[in-house]
Amino acid sequence: MKAKKVVTAFVILSFLAVLTVVLCCSKSSDTVKIGVFLPMTGGVASYGQMEWAGIMTANEIKPTVLGKKVELILVDEKSDKIEAANAVSRLIKKEKVVAIIGTATSGNTMAGASIAEEAKVPIISPTATDPRVTQNRKYIFRVCFIDPFQGSVAAKYAFENLKARRAALLIDQAQDYCVDLANFFKQDFVRMGGSIVSSTFCQSGDQDFTAQLSAIKASKPDILYLPNYYTEDALVCKQAAELGLKFPILSADGAQAPELISIGGTSVEGFIFTGHFAKEGATTALAKQYIQSYESKNKTDASGFDALGADAYFVLVDAIERAKSTEGPKIREALASTKDFAGVSGVLNIGEDGNAKKGMVMLHVKEGKFRYLTTINP
Amino acid sequence: MGAISESPLPFIFQDRIIDTAAFTQQLINGVSLGCLYGLIAIGYTMVYGILRLINFAHGDVMMVGCYFAFYGMLLFTLPWWASFLVAILLTALLGVLIDRGAYRPVRNAPRISALITAIGVSFLLENLGLVLFGGRPKAFYRPEIFSGIHTFGEVRVLDLHVWTALLTLLIFTFIYQIIYKTRIGRAMRCIAHDMETTRLMGVDLNRIIAFTFAIGSAAAAAGGIMWAMRYPQINPLMGILPGLKAFVAAVLGGIGNVSGAMLGGLLLGLIEILLVAARPDLAGYRDALAFGILILILLFRPTGLMGERLPE
Repeated sequence: MKAKKVVTAFVILSFLAVLTVVLCCSKSSDTVKIGVFLPMTGGVASYGQMEWAGIMTANEIKPTVLGKKVELILVDEKSDKIEAANAVSRLIKKEKVVAIIGTATSGNTMAGASIAEEAKVPIISPTATDPRVTQNRKYIFRVCFIDPFQGSVAAKYAFENLKARRAALLIDQAQDYCVDLANFFKQDFVRMGGSIVSSTFCQSGDQDFTAQLSAIKASKPDILYLPNYYTEDALVCKQAAELGLKFPILSADGAQAPELISIGGTSVEGFIFTGHFAKEGATTALAKQYIQSYESKNKTDASGFDALGADAYFVLVDAIERAKSTEGPKIREALASTKDFAGVSGVLNIGEDGNAKKGMVMLHVKEGKFRYLTTINP
Repeated sequence: MGAISESPLPFIFQDRIIDTAAFTQQLINGVSLGCLYGLIAIGYTMVYGILRLINFAHGDVMMVGCYFAFYGMLLFTLPWWASFLVAILLTALLGVLIDRGAYRPVRNAPRISALITAIGVSFLLENLGLVLFGGRPKAFYRPEIFSGIHTFGEVRVLDLHVWTALLTLLIFTFIYQIIYKTRIGRAMRCIAHDMETTRLMGVDLNRIIAFTFAIGSAAAAAGGIMWAMRYPQINPLMGILPGLKAFVAAVLGGIGNVSGAMLGGLLLGLIEILLVAARPDLAGYRDALAFGILILILLFRPTGLMGERLPE
């Protein structure tokens, strides 16, 4: 009886083994595997879902590389640093991808970076803006600007355009991005002659900000700089309106998600932020093709995160094409010499440091919609 | 954390004078948050009082309640009050079903099994929520009647603050009356005291326990809906933190004691808000503070502020 069970189990196992071998070998020969890790669920799920929609649109526009079909493998990093590291490791070790796109946030990209670095598999992030993401790393790239630029543009806008002299900060201290960005803003704002009248903190996932906002109100600032992600931003604006805060709120690229408006409602009217892309400011031919294809498929306006997802894909596929190879080190060399690439979000250059040099847009919320204000070039 | 490698963000101390208006505002903020914690804590404490089970799925039950209300308004275009009522009833039913499906089968198993089952139910609800409702947050509708704002000088009171306090008082009184003034309440207290003897006295344990879950879950749904109106954003993981905070509140007040849960909730809300008011630079550590309180209470007064000495 026992022997029979063992034999049955053995037969089933060997059958499965053969099946796996057949399945994976039949696939891997005629496709190029690109891994994608994004937050499809959790606190910043909107970023992941928008970027994924952008990547898929880009994949439809350009489905092949080196004469082979591109196979995208998506792993959800659940807006969590540990899951992000696991996702990268799974993509490299199990799925054997040639390169990786991801992820939306800086801290989580860094969580996966060292694994990719060691395996010599390039990662290209759509929207990790913290300068430390690519520092001292050879295989990590991005298609977005970095935060010192973003912080200084915001400080300049606050000081010159809004004539603010007293700024308050409300910083999500669980995110490297928010802490660093606040620092860059502060450096420039203080250097220009402004002062920071209150620095308060919160944590990703917080929902009650009344205490911080009441304290900020008491410090009588001219402006609130809020370099956090959209969920917190929306709730902060809502509660700020309820508490009768009258000064403008200035934020950064993390704000550009439709939830900011659906949750924030009328309280986000006049909300200003620095961002990656606004379709009214689009100039390249690829952008026009992308916007049309994205909007007909997704029935929603193309915006920053999906456009950057698409750019990460286009830049990576272009690099593989130029490298004429799917080996990590060769793709890396090609990525590091990306020159005048006319992407969806504008023309960009990537150098040895892994950072993209490109312009930035200012947006604001008006009549329940994100509206383009201006483009600022570095 | 650590900003730009070596230079951490310096804390900024400004000599702020907390005037009366600002302080009153913070008190209102604190009481309002405390009421929400209290409402959710009631469900925790009732189930614990009877079964000695920490129902870790409680926060997620609250989340499901919010989604019931959300979809009631969106898909079935119910008026808000009908949608809220239906959501509360459905959540009560969900509580009963969870008890029937997950906790009753392990009723006589060691307590740790039930605890692990509770964690399992919690994960199940969260992930089911992710699959069914999607991971992106949804905006929750706040009816007109709750949207008004009253201004007294510098102090602002939302209609929602007033309603939250009133409804919390109402629900609390209702549950208190059930537990201390009705036959079924007496049975609940008996089970809490000695389950076996109560069974021998001919009380239908399962029915009473199911009823407890129904009431606890309904209170969670009511708290959740008010939470969602206050912070109008719902997502499948929204129950985790309020659930944990309510647990702290329940332990602070003395777990197993309904008045204690309410008191614990109010205290926790006030402590959290007043910490941030006094030291805005430490605001990021308010969750750490809440869980620090939990540890201190468990170390020095495990039965909480109003808890009775446990029979064992």
